[in-house]
Amino acid sequence: MPDNLSPRADALAKATGTERYSADETPPGCLWAGVRRAGIPHGLITGLDVAAARSLPGVAAVLTRADVPGTNRQGIVHKDQPVLCGRHVRHCGDAVALVVAESRDALAEALSRIQVECTPLPGVFDPEAALLPDAPAVHPGREGGNRLAYGLVEKGDAPGEFAAASDDDVLVAGEFHTPLQDHVFLEPPNGLARLTPAGLLDMVVSTQAPFRDRFEIAHALGLDPMKIRIRAPYLGGGFGGKDGATVQCLLALAALAVPGRFIKMAWSREETFLAGYKRHAATVRLKLLAKRDGTLRALAGTMLFDAGPYAHLSGEIMALGMEHAGGPYRIPHTRVEGSCAYTNNPVGGAFRGFGVVQAGFATERLMDALAVRLGRDPAGLRRQNALKPGEHNCVGVMAEAGTDTAACLDAVMAHPAWTGREAWKQAAPAFTRRGTGLVAIQNAMGYGRGLPDAAAAKLELTRQGTFRLYNSVPDMGQGNASAFVAMAARALGQPPQAVSCVQPDTRICPPAGSSSASRTTYTFGNALLRACRAMRDKLLARGALALLCDTPERLELIPGAVSDPVTGRSVPLARIGMMLCRDDRICVDQYIMPVVDHPPDTGREFKLGFPHRFYSYGACLCAVEVDTLTGTVRLVKCLLSVACGRVFSLSGVEQQLQGAAAQGAGLALFEDIGLTRGRMRAGDLSTYLIPTALDLPDIECLALDDDEPSGPLGLKGMGEIGIHGPGPAVAQALYDATGLWVRHLPVSPREVLEAMGGPLS
Amino acid sequence: MSERMELSFTLNGAPVCLTTEPGRRALDLLREEFGLTAAKEGCGLGECGACSVLVDGELKLSCLLLAAQLAGRSVVTAEGLGTPDAPHPIQSAFADCGAVQCGYCTPGMTLATSALLAQNPDPDRDAARVALSGNLCRCTGYVKIVDAVLAAGAALRGEKP
Repeated sequence: MPDNLSPRADALAKATGTERYSADETPPGCLWAGVRRAGIPHGLITGLDVAAARSLPGVAAVLTRADVPGTNRQGIVHKDQPVLCGRHVRHCGDAVALVVAESRDALAEALSRIQVECTPLPGVFDPEAALLPDAPAVHPGREGGNRLAYGLVEKGDAPGEFAAASDDDVLVAGEFHTPLQDHVFLEPPNGLARLTPAGLLDMVVSTQAPFRDRFEIAHALGLDPMKIRIRAPYLGGGFGGKDGATVQCLLALAALAVPGRFIKMAWSREETFLAGYKRHAATVRLKLLAKRDGTLRALAGTMLFDAGPYAHLSGEIMALGMEHAGGPYRIPHTRVEGSCAYTNNPVGGAFRGFGVVQAGFATERLMDALAVRLGRDPAGLRRQNALKPGEHNCVGVMAEAGTDTAACLDAVMAHPAWTGREAWKQAAPAFTRRGTGLVAIQNAMGYGRGLPDAAAAKLELTRQGTFRLYNSVPDMGQGNASAFVAMAARALGQPPQAVSCVQPDTRICPPAGSSSASRTTYTFGNALLRACRAMRDKLLARGALALLCDTPERLELIPGAVSDPVTGRSVPLARIGMMLCRDDRICVDQYIMPVVDHPPDTGREFKLGFPHRFYSYGACLCAVEVDTLTGTVRLVKCLLSVACGRVFSLSGVEQQLQGAAAQGAGLALFEDIGLTRGRMRAGDLSTYLIPTALDLPDIECLALDDDEPSGPLGLKGMGEIGIHGPGPAVAQALYDATGLWVRHLPVSPREVLEAMGGPLS
Repeated sequence: MSERMELSFTLNGAPVCLTTEPGRRALDLLREEFGLTAAKEGCGLGECGACSVLVDGELKLSCLLLAAQLAGRSVVTAEGLGTPDAPHPIQSAFADCGAVQCGYCTPGMTLATSALLAQNPDPDRDAARVALSGNLCRCTGYVKIVDAVLAAGAALRGEKP
């Protein structure tokens, strides 16, 4: 398989430490901004004394709610999160005061001198309880109370099917829970800001959505969005955790308070745990009806998401989860209800897998339950019900060509890790049990209907005859910037070195949406290829002037030149670059992702982002070894197959699958925020464990090379799908190894040990 | 913190001398006094490895080292291994093997690799995983990083790829 992306254009600068992240922007003499957090999950501020902090030498400003111009409200769709709390504290990480100081030491000292008096309020920490009539109100007076969002998706007549079930049918049901998960991007949220003498708020931020940030800051602080400039250099990881409010509004507020000075805000790891949003904890109750031959008939159930106190994208995340609740399977009748509840837990928000992690775990567990009931091979049962092109998914959207779950399952089922699983299991060494699981996975691409998934791409011919592309979608590590360089080089017939890449900057790049939703390479890539075609036509037309050629279509764009094959003459691109005015050296074009043509009449509550047209599909095998003395589970094999359109870069696909699967393995086995009544135990990387190099096997990838006709060079997005495999596959493998029926993640050694009947069995 | 000391050490092969607070974190010293930003802060508590540097050839966490502890030592950061135009074979191996994604952990990973290969020029995958286990990566699942360690070892042993 060809690899168009090896090595990545960004790799050497990063490996040698010369690439500059937002975190590296600390100009000499910059001020430091930091936040005093509430520290209690629910309460009323009765006293806030900042005098001692304000009078400290080296303190430039101390700001409270009263100092916030504008609405003080941040949020992507729902504007419900205060920049600084006035009276009501709704979670431990709420910001109460903002300090700007000459040094980090002065900042820390000032923050510690702020006196916050709070009257605790009864909190609500269980999303079920939050929806009861007598629950404490997270947003008093809000219409709808603590129910932030509700939705219903259905197809056919699921209640009728369940009512009509006979002895010839099999019914399985269960309740499943997935926890809060922290992104643990290695670069904590941070940024640099300065209000220039001309009144421009100039910011460098580790953000996935610079264009949207501008409007969010402007709304919260009462500013003109066009007087805010945001640059987003390469991110040190994001995974959804920088697709929304982190430092942006606080940092902007600090910059307004001390005009002209550079101001840095850099959250510590502890603050990131405390104040950063997380993957939503969710409880999913589903029942699944099938015929004795394994044919799925109906699915019904509920999904409940713990939103924490602020909406972020909770409703949209829930909608995507509900859209995926039927798995990549053919189910004629479905009915799924979803709710998001406000609580006083940490804020729920975007995270790779965006609701699908929660749904997929439950659906795949039910497929396992069905396989057990029917005495079937779990992979074969999935294969039998795999959704095919032209059939309708669980919300009634017709599956596009490239719906290749069956092929993905086949690829993994043919692998020795699956065919040889029984022999491998029997060969377990002493005090060890082995088991293998295999599940199907899927993930939609793009924003979905109702919100244009659009990108504009700008491409410039330099006066030196090289090309500069203006990447408008932040590269948080997934390699989209390098992919864009490779795509442009190929489309223009130039060596990759002839294409440089500017990272997102709202001042000079056209808008292209956020780096999220498995959309980045697809949508911007399509816009870029259009810009490349426009550039090619332009260069041939301008080259024709220099070559005195009246039929530019016979000319060719070759490396570094436009050439005329008839005369053998050519004109260097540098000549053309010198010849053209700046406006003429630039091409801009755009693309909008196609949406579902005839959307089903369901999910009417969802105004934005429902349903989706394009999906990637896959399968995942996990094999585990269980220590019978300690209950410790080791993931010893992990294999993923994926159908995601054409493989532009096998290395790039593997990077995404391996990284996503590693996060899924963390969710399955390690990551536990330790939440009790709104307070989390996790505050650092020794109390919240992510997989190390010793905790993971060599994750193998099988990429099916397919074609998505609408995709740039035939590709689809696949940055998220890999995360869905390990949770349910590890659960199935643990059943195979120990008989433990996993209903929640992460799996603890204690419950594994108990399932085996104690430490000595 | 107000007392200052004269501090001399070797940084990426060149002698340096400056006046600074002895209790300043080595990480901040490198990043802010010398502009060497390859060492990153990921946790500030010695748990993630992103701030790794070599001190007299040993892998150390610069967020836990104080400025005074560098006196008389030889400190190497990722910038001292190589540059984009003249990369060290370890850095080339990371790029060629697709081991760099967000890249925030990469400078530390390359130094951990350097420390390993100095002790064990021909490690197997398990040895590589042990050597890198103090350096967290959230992007890669470590597969290609281990590939890169082995490829770097082969390159440094003079084997053709």
